[in-house]
Amino acid sequence: MRKNFIILFILLIFPIKVFALIEVDITRGNLNPLPLAVSPLSIDDQSKQSFEKILKKKNIGSEISIIVENNLRKSGLFNPLSKDAFLQAPDIANLKPRFEDWNLIKAQALITGKVTFVDEKLRVEFRLWDVLAAKEMMALAFTTVPNNWRRVGHIISDKVYERLTGERGYFDTRIIYVAEKGPKTQRVKKLAIMDQDGANNKFLTLGNELVLTPRFNPTSQMVTYLSYFKNLPRVYLLDIETGTQEVVGDFPGMTFAPRFSPDGKKIIMSFAKDGKSDIYTMNLENRLVERITNHPSIDTSPSYSPNGKFIAFNSDRSGYQQIYVMRSDGNDIKRISFGNGIYGTPVWSPRGDLIAFTKLHKGKFYIGVMRTDGTGERLLTENYYQEAPSWSPNGRVLIFYRETKTNSDGEGFSAKLWSIDLTGYNERLVETQTDASDPSWSSLLSN
Amino acid sequence: MILSKIFKNTLLILAACLVLTACATKKNVETMSGQMQSDVYTGTDTVEYLADGVPDRVFFATNETILTTASRETLRAQAAWLRKNSSINVVLEGHADERGTREYNLALGERRANSAKDYLMTYGISSDRISVLSYGKERPVDAGSNPLAWSKNRRSVTVKAN
Repeated sequence: MRKNFIILFILLIFPIKVFALIEVDITRGNLNPLPLAVSPLSIDDQSKQSFEKILKKKNIGSEISIIVENNLRKSGLFNPLSKDAFLQAPDIANLKPRFEDWNLIKAQALITGKVTFVDEKLRVEFRLWDVLAAKEMMALAFTTVPNNWRRVGHIISDKVYERLTGERGYFDTRIIYVAEKGPKTQRVKKLAIMDQDGANNKFLTLGNELVLTPRFNPTSQMVTYLSYFKNLPRVYLLDIETGTQEVVGDFPGMTFAPRFSPDGKKIIMSFAKDGKSDIYTMNLENRLVERITNHPSIDTSPSYSPNGKFIAFNSDRSGYQQIYVMRSDGNDIKRISFGNGIYGTPVWSPRGDLIAFTKLHKGKFYIGVMRTDGTGERLLTENYYQEAPSWSPNGRVLIFYRETKTNSDGEGFSAKLWSIDLTGYNERLVETQTDASDPSWSSLLSN
Repeated sequence: MILSKIFKNTLLILAACLVLTACATKKNVETMSGQMQSDVYTGTDTVEYLADGVPDRVFFATNETILTTASRETLRAQAAWLRKNSSINVVLEGHADERGTREYNLALGERRANSAKDYLMTYGISSDRISVLSYGKERPVDAGSNPLAWSKNRRSVTVKAN
């Protein structure tokens, strides 16, 4: 970690300024987030009143800009400046920014925009400006139903992120997770879903049965998870729009650790019987079940590579939990984790080049990443207990959960969601209404 | 002379005190270790009884699914009780401690319950009468974050199903 820091430091002393337009390098920890100004989106009085009636928000223009501001700040790559320092009124700034004014407050980029109420719809236009070069970098407009106003803020954030970093964003996304409450020995768990920024939280189950490990289908709004319905732990498939759910496959025993294939057509999971757990897939179109591994050990936590050709999984066939990679037909099984400690929960990055994992070594839990051949292991964060990383759809951020140590009376237990950048920087608590675990990040909703 | 006598007495009292404290500490350590033997819980705090002299649970070492001598004794008592009560079916509930990943722990709990099931079967209990259910780390009996609490939680519990 210290070594990395030194290298990083050297890179920062010699910043390379070749590009005329601003660019944010997200491949390394960003200690100097780019200062930018998010001007409140301007709005005329008539539109303001119409939206206030429908959405109960006084000024929807500034509400949307607050969403953009928070998203960009939490990314750790940008530093949205305080609106108190802004000299130019939003409506004028959107027409033609006075770049000297924005330069004065040290903003390098500026976001302006306009909201109007047109035919019962929300019309938003926004612009991204390079303050130093005094140029417009991007201008976009879209129209949607008023209730989608938060998503508008997320989409603007994604577009800005994309333009400034050269990578897809991850703001117009949702997190599915397990909401928890009650004493540690009798935890009540419910499936819950929320926007990536914590808004629009909704519980999907009532808490009557234990539920675990929900995961998104990368191609749709379907979810697979483990439920103890009728005290039979089985993998279920849930359509979060309609609420319909069904058991996956007809296995004579516990199925668990489900995930979708990258094309969304299969579910891969473990089936435990007679003390051994093996990996199976079920095709959701023709319901065909296929056995992938066959070994007396525990094989679990399978995760496909994004091209669907390989599967990373967790096995104790060597004696302890380690990470293995095989072809998607189960051939060519290779162990890839060889460091000190035990390894679990491999999750293939959506970019394909890395596998995130949980590591337990000398009583500490780590979230880390390694290349798909096991080289280049890098530990991002250490804690008393944390596990189950899930990637942001652009492969730049990991979300996971952490549990606290209890005191000698067994009190003080909590479970919370956290996120960290792939660089190991920008570790953040992800706020949830209740305690939370087992997060899974959706793909971008606006695709 | 008197002074030296007082001094001698004080020393004696001091020495006695030391011996006493040493005893107290030693006893503490013994009761602690008395509940655990090489990582396996040997106490009875959490144990319930299916019948007189038939404990309902067996304990495991970290990451292990092997039955200890004491566990085998418990299971033999359960097998004898099950033979006597042939109408009773049981669920073996396997558990893991909190120091592992959730999914692996689900598999580990299943394997622990199955090693208990296999042993019951070798003592003549039909597999039809035994079902297995893993809770992984989801249902600890002790909420503590220490080796003793974890040892109580690494268990397979035999529960009447009917």
